[in-house]
Amino acid sequence: MSEFSIEFKDLSKLYGQATILNNLNFGIHKNKITTILGFSGAGKTTLMKHILGLTMPTSGDVIVLGTAINKLDELALREFRRNFGMVFQYAALFDFLTSFENVAFPLREFTKMNEEQIKDKVLNLLDSVGISLEAAYRLPSELSGGMRKRVGLARGLALDPHIMLYDEPTSGLDPITTHMVYDLMRDTHYNNVHHGFTSVIISHDIHATLKYSDYIVFMEKGQVVEHLDVESFKKSANPVIRRFLEL
Amino acid sequence: MRDMVEKRIENLGNSVLDLLNGLGDFTNFAIRTMFWTFRPPYRFKLLFEQIYFIGNKSVFIIFLTSSFTGAVFAYQIYVGMKVINADSFIGPLVTIALAKELAPVPSGLVVAGRCGAGMAAQIGTMKVTEQIDALEVMGINSYQYLAVPRILGATLSLPLLSAIFLMIGYGGSWVIGTQVLQIDDITFTSKVSDFMELGMVAEGIIKATVFGYLIGVIGTYQGFRVTGGAEGVGKGTNMAVVWGMITVLVVDFFLTSFLTKIL
Ligand SMILES: Nc1ncnc2c1ncn2[C@@H]1O[C@H](COP(=O)(O)OP(=O)(O)OP(=O)(O)O)[C@@H](O)[C@H]1O
Ligand SMILES: [Mg+2]
Repeated sequence: MSEFSIEFKDLSKLYGQATILNNLNFGIHKNKITTILGFSGAGKTTLMKHILGLTMPTSGDVIVLGTAINKLDELALREFRRNFGMVFQYAALFDFLTSFENVAFPLREFTKMNEEQIKDKVLNLLDSVGISLEAAYRLPSELSGGMRKRVGLARGLALDPHIMLYDEPTSGLDPITTHMVYDLMRDTHYNNVHHGFTSVIISHDIHATLKYSDYIVFMEKGQVVEHLDVESFKKSANPVIRRFLEL
Repeated sequence: MRDMVEKRIENLGNSVLDLLNGLGDFTNFAIRTMFWTFRPPYRFKLLFEQIYFIGNKSVFIIFLTSSFTGAVFAYQIYVGMKVINADSFIGPLVTIALAKELAPVPSGLVVAGRCGAGMAAQIGTMKVTEQIDALEVMGINSYQYLAVPRILGATLSLPLLSAIFLMIGYGGSWVIGTQVLQIDDITFTSKVSDFMELGMVAEGIIKATVFGYLIGVIGTYQGFRVTGGAEGVGKGTNMAVVWGMITVLVVDFFLTSFLTKIL
């Protein structure tokens, strides 16, 4: 078995004439927390969409858990996506459903669990991310940003994914809530790692990244400038990274 | 001077290309949603929700528009018919006009304004807040989940609304004809049954079904192509209304010339 759960092979992506991802070759370590850092427009979200097969490469391959995901047909790809959990930048909760129903949604769609089992599992998940019973029956528009993100995390975890993706999970949150969310991501990681669990976080937040990640990928203009474990990253001599570290 | 002319021609060419491009996108979308309509899972619950939504949003306006349309039309025709002593023909004239045109077209305009816009707004909001990505990440086809129930819902509801329009409009003309203009009740109703044919009702129903389908496809298409925040949602909603209404009027013309030949 490969030491990577996600691998990029000669991956390039062009939108029209613009090269957004430029010949990427690297892997994301299995069962570790990897953060993708980079300035706005570096191509981080585009990279994550390739992992999910939401965007297809112009050339090259994306290999997830041993499968070239860009070669799957549409139905197989949908099936395959159940390996992923995803937390979106602004949580992306379905605005017509309560927190409870948001978390129950993937269970209703993809499992044969009965109403009682669903209720047990959803309330458990919500409890584990610190959402009270009362908030469980509110609509997303009636929750704070931090609460929404936690419900989003619970929804992402509902189907016991093997890869958890976070697109800027703490943007728009205050420093204390930011750390709570990071703690939650770390706890989630270590609670699940025994059955195979890889966390990939996109972030701008250098301090939290250094504190919580195992590996850091630094992207600039569609290329990977540096891909190191945290300790080596801190010592990197690369001038762009030094600038980022000194912020 | 020459430069300017060339520039003009280039611009014109570009707008034609844009239009064709958009039409291609739209056709592509229509074909894909059609494909997903016939594939499981069939989401009946979502379909009934949409039918309820469309009915709920438009039934009151349909009620209002239809009763007044029938009543006003009865009056107007009376003025003309009185001259040639043919005022007993008010009933069939109003009813035929309602069945063929005056029920399906206004119903279509109402649904395009109320529901086409609503579809674009709902889906557009989901697009800009990444809810559609969230569906796709879970492995759910967003066209099938969001577009198909709305398109089917509009296709099924509009003929019903149009039928309601026809009946209430007829009621309105009956009230004016028999109660105000003093046409004998038996004459009024028997003339209607003498001149009305099933084909006329069918024409209206077919039109309403086609309008419903097109309003649904346009509304959902405009929702899915929204980009860039709340402003984009507003633009998409606007486009859904404008194109929905234009389509109803233009397609009505072609359907009329086609259907009168075959029915
Ligand atoms: N669908 C698209 N069509 C055209 N260009 C796109 C598309 N998606 C992204 N881009 C472009 O690709 C570049 C990288 O975008 P991306 O969203 O991946 O950046 P990012 O690193 O996530 O930035 P941020 O930190 O601001 O979220 C940007 O210049 C963007 O304009
Ligand atoms: Mg991004």
